[in-house]
Amino acid sequence: MDLLRFATAGSVDDGKSTLIGRLLYDTKSLFDDQLAAVEAVSAARGDEYTNLALLTDGLRAEREQGITIDVAYRYFATPRRKFIIADTPGHIQYTRNMVTGSSTADLALILVDARKALVEQSRRHAFLCSLLRVPHLVLCVNKMDLVGWSQSVFEEIADEFASFAAKLEAPDLTAIPVSALHGDNIVSRSANMPWYEGQSLLHHLERVHIASDRNLVDVRFPVQYVIRPQSTRYPDYRGYAGQVASGILKPGDEVMVLPSGFTSRIASIETADGPVPQAFPPMSVTIRLTDELDISRGDLICRPNNAPAAAQDIDAMVCWMDETRPLAVGGRYAIKHTTRSARAIVRDLQYRLDINTLHRDEHATGLALNEIGRVRLRTTIPLLADEYRRNRTTGGFVVIDETTNRTVGAGMILEAA
Amino acid sequence: MVAAPAYRVSHLEALEAESIFVLREVIAEFARPVLLFSGGKDSIVMLRLAEKAFWPAPIPIPVMHVDTGHNFAEVLAFRDQRVDELSVPLVVASVSEALDAGLVHEPADGSRNRIQTPVLLAAVEKYRFDALFGGARRDEEKARAKERVFSFRDEFGQWDPKNQRPELWALYNGRIHPGESIRVFPLSNWTELDVWHYIAREGLALPSIYYAHDREVVQRDGMLYAVHEFFRTRPHERPFVARVRYRTVGDASCTAAVRSTADTVAKVIEEVAATRITERGATRGDDRVSEAAMEDRKREGYF
Ligand SMILES: Nc1nc2c(ncn2[C@@H]2O[C@H](COP(=O)(O)OP(=O)(O)O)[C@@H](O)[C@H]2O)c(=O)[nH]1
Repeated sequence: MDLLRFATAGSVDDGKSTLIGRLLYDTKSLFDDQLAAVEAVSAARGDEYTNLALLTDGLRAEREQGITIDVAYRYFATPRRKFIIADTPGHIQYTRNMVTGSSTADLALILVDARKALVEQSRRHAFLCSLLRVPHLVLCVNKMDLVGWSQSVFEEIADEFASFAAKLEAPDLTAIPVSALHGDNIVSRSANMPWYEGQSLLHHLERVHIASDRNLVDVRFPVQYVIRPQSTRYPDYRGYAGQVASGILKPGDEVMVLPSGFTSRIASIETADGPVPQAFPPMSVTIRLTDELDISRGDLICRPNNAPAAAQDIDAMVCWMDETRPLAVGGRYAIKHTTRSARAIVRDLQYRLDINTLHRDEHATGLALNEIGRVRLRTTIPLLADEYRRNRTTGGFVVIDETTNRTVGAGMILEAA
Repeated sequence: MVAAPAYRVSHLEALEAESIFVLREVIAEFARPVLLFSGGKDSIVMLRLAEKAFWPAPIPIPVMHVDTGHNFAEVLAFRDQRVDELSVPLVVASVSEALDAGLVHEPADGSRNRIQTPVLLAAVEKYRFDALFGGARRDEEKARAKERVFSFRDEFGQWDPKNQRPELWALYNGRIHPGESIRVFPLSNWTELDVWHYIAREGLALPSIYYAHDREVVQRDGMLYAVHEFFRTRPHERPFVARVRYRTVGDASCTAAVRSTADTVAKVIEEVAATRITERGATRGDDRVSEAAMEDRKREGYF
């Protein structure tokens, strides 16, 4: 059994909560007491049916306002896979949440209401998924029951979405007509839409091929922690602990350590369960080298002929996440990139992107909450970086306000020099 | 962790790798982390992950238990034994001592659940802990489903759900001002079933009360509570003997048992896979108070 993480996005009332509730319900991941609590709240609110959407509304403020305001995580499993859902709300002001939820997602599920044409928000969701490089997209055209299960309605929406997605270099795209409320095409194929020849949503989620989404080519091992027991049993043990970001490492491989540039060989790859013959993402392991090198947290192990840039000039798409202060040219921030922390100054805002039209505003002077733009940064120490499109781990960073310590931005590296 | 030829890992291996990453991040970045260890199954799993994360070095931080004074003796004995085996320092934050010192007052209903929080916060202040590992999982409860892996707490230990730091990729922001702290949940993405599969895989020992045994209980609000010196039975409640086990282990005053014949890990896994009631719903009187009971307690500084 493996693990699939997916994010969900949709405009308010498109039926996202109902869909998630339905997936949980039909895979028997809901418990009687959860269902009973939802039934009670539903009845108290005067809903005419049990509102499965209530299952995913976590917090008091949300329950009171009747909306979802923050990312919530849900879990379910089938005999084939364990699933982690990042449930991200679709309000205009919450781009931040969707960027957050998509950052770790293997797949994004975008919901639209069959009665509406593709609204701006669906385009925005598709754009954000492509910006975050979510490898698989699923468009669920929901509420098919309300359009008479019409094939032409579905195809019109699916075609329009596909042509928009093509412009975004969106990866693997699948469109599925569903009724979240009635369960059509959620777990099994719907009898109401015999014209649809594809798989049900769950069937697709269970089988979509994600193993090859990982980058197994470029060896990148950010050092997290140096293990040195200095005990009588292990007097000279020195191991570099971390999680493999990409590539495959094997004992005997020649490696290079950045930023020093020293080379050595892998003596062994160890875990508490014993040595392993190879390490690949997402394994957490400890690497020992044949030479004594001075290596510390924030360094990176790669191959001599395939190394990331060690760069202080960074061009990146930045999504701003702070409501109190906008990103401004000349601003100074802390950066966290892999296991490295640096400081950075914003040298230039090349443009701000209108995520509905993809228009670039080159006269913009700042990025406010939920705005995205191409930014040039200069860092105090080199970042050991790849382009985000090639490597989601060594290509992503967060921006932190040094005064408030809040996470104020997310960056996806375009160029590092 | 022997790699399969297709460079795949199982979901359990992926969860383990993620948790180990989180543990290492915190210990690399914080000055005074501590790991909350109650002798309950989630904290036993967390402790195991910490052991694996730093192997062959010992776990480099102390563990802490907030002891309500109403705990099951079997669980305390287990706690002490495990801490001994690993030779990690144990800090006990005692609610009983805090009661004696007048820091908190015994609640009228006899449950010390709520007064744990000030005792925890006092210990955090005393030892100047800046990062606290907790074994909570997001599948346990609705408010937890929204909490970050790194949960920022102000100088009063309070959680502000509307003001959480965005958490992207595996980039955790642990920056704090003096007096503030981070609660860290390495098991965020684990479910109850994952925990049991891991217990089986690692061959972890658990306190005996997690397995089916005969116990004198009373029925209250549809739940079975052990007749225990810390549990006040009411006059009309008739004790009887039932075959039960505990799904969660907390205070004897608010943790209920479930009927069960599962006396091995394999049988428990079968039972958990088939069960129709959530872990906290089946066993925790403290969460039943209102729709938002957990959220309210977290806002006050609860784990
Ligand atoms: N007829 C019909 N109604 C639906 C369907 N899915 C959701 N709804 C209704 O649409 C409304 C909004 O759904 P909800 O799940 O709360 O939307 P969210 O805001 O996207 O989470 C609710 O009244 C749902 O019952 C569907 O497939 N068919």
